[in-house]
Amino acid sequence: MPPPLITARSLVKRFGDLVAVDGIDVDVQPGEAFGFLGPNGAGKTSTMRMIGCVSPVSSGRLEIFGLDPAHEGRAIRSRIGVVPQLDQLDQELTVMENLVIYARYFDIPRAVAQSRAVELLDFVQLADRADDKVDPLSGGQKRRVSIARSLISEPELLLLDEPTTGLDPQARHLLWDRLHQLKERGATLVLTTHYMDEAEQLCDRLVVMDGGRIVAEGSPRALITEYATREVLEMRFGRGRNEERVDDVLGVGERVEVLPDRLLVYVADGESALAELHARSVIPESALVRRSSLEDVFLRLTGRTLVD
Amino acid sequence: MSTPAPLRVAYRDLALYRGFWKANFVAAFIQPMLYLLGIGLGVGELVDNGPDSAELLGGVSYFGFYSSALLATTAMFTSSQEALWPTMDGFQWSNAYRAMVSTPIEPRDVATGLTIYYAVRATVGAIGVAVVLALFGDTRSWGLIPAVPGAVLTGLAFAVPIAAWTSTRTTGDSFPAILRFGVLPMFLFSGAFYPIKQLPDWLEPVAWLTPLWHGVELCRGLVLGGLTSVELVGHIAALSGFVIVGWAICTITFRRRLQP
Repeated sequence: MPPPLITARSLVKRFGDLVAVDGIDVDVQPGEAFGFLGPNGAGKTSTMRMIGCVSPVSSGRLEIFGLDPAHEGRAIRSRIGVVPQLDQLDQELTVMENLVIYARYFDIPRAVAQSRAVELLDFVQLADRADDKVDPLSGGQKRRVSIARSLISEPELLLLDEPTTGLDPQARHLLWDRLHQLKERGATLVLTTHYMDEAEQLCDRLVVMDGGRIVAEGSPRALITEYATREVLEMRFGRGRNEERVDDVLGVGERVEVLPDRLLVYVADGESALAELHARSVIPESALVRRSSLEDVFLRLTGRTLVD
Repeated sequence: MSTPAPLRVAYRDLALYRGFWKANFVAAFIQPMLYLLGIGLGVGELVDNGPDSAELLGGVSYFGFYSSALLATTAMFTSSQEALWPTMDGFQWSNAYRAMVSTPIEPRDVATGLTIYYAVRATVGAIGVAVVLALFGDTRSWGLIPAVPGAVLTGLAFAVPIAAWTSTRTTGDSFPAILRFGVLPMFLFSGAFYPIKQLPDWLEPVAWLTPLWHGVELCRGLVLGGLTSVELVGHIAALSGFVIVGWAICTITFRRRLQP
């Protein structure tokens, strides 16, 4: 196996008294799509900023490409592409100017930058907007400009911080499709997200973060198998009345979670569990059976939902 | 061939500037023109007819005395403003400087690149004023040419330290106060309108400490003549001191802001 692209050991980030990242161990292999999944404030962005060499490590060890960010930040950053959580585009400049100026930060000659920009805008399906200013573009289009811009230096590693937050489903699917293509070409992707469907779609492997720590690690499928059942039966008994029905549903599944608006029963076969409850005259206002997801893994691990 | 990192930073700011440099140049032309006509000619008429004016102003007309200072004061105003809201944009609103430091650009390159950009802008403004001064007999002199870099240095003595302040802010709430209580009083009390000898004795040394007094004396001396070489070196050194100390602080505050 080749040496890992990113190695972190007991990695800590402190801001004054606040411990944002509390001793994490991570290895990311070349060609892998690796995810940090967690709610806001879990330490995902702080971790990404340390990997991107724009935030000094407080303690522990971090290596990217086998280099130390404390001394070789410039060299590491020249090999990384970054898609930040909030677009950092120059709204008053054109799409093309944004890409070329960004390429100049890497000291890429203008002619090379221009030909790469043309290809990349084609890749993100914005070739026809090259000479338009960024300002009037939609959120999804701006995010695609950010992705094209991050690729202009032909990075070996692409860091994406919540790449689809705030986008509508159609824009999100287009973005996922482009990221899949990058993955197929052998790019190493590291992304943060609080959307479990995004993590399932894109990540080969992920860690679940909560309160600055890693609480679970594995492939999306393996995590679901380990921490959840095959199916989930969701039932609503009406607001405020879910809690008092817990005793009635115990026993039909492996585990019950109480949320403010619904009960979740973890069970291999949701339909037969529901039938059994009906036989016991436990009739919810509504019920649905679904496959379990990373959301359930997260709920199991932390007792909280990902998106409040 | 490799381009130095600060130039790559300045290139971004200049790309934005390309969109409005003409308006900037015209403003740099019209604003001093208004001051000249309003104060230089109007007040000048009053002063030059006064009993001791020739002695107080060192034998020059009030028009020449006042208008030569405009090179420094215009540079102060435009450069100070440039270091406030437009610079804040890169730290807080567009986050352009944050984007830069995620590439091989370092925070200190941003500080140096920004200084280069301020210098280019101040040069455009100073040339605008110099062109106006060349129209009038009292200020038409070859000294206008070295006075342009003198004005640019004056502008940087404001812009660079102010940029250090800006980089520590998350809102522009304090910016009008900087202009009202910092920049405007200097405009009034640093020898642009009258020799600082006219000030109360205790206030005179305060004027020496302001970058504007050095800028005004430098530009006026270059345009009207009569600057000793000690004065010349002293003023340039004082202004450079503000720029260098400001830049050194910027390298620290920019790093804290951009790479926390």
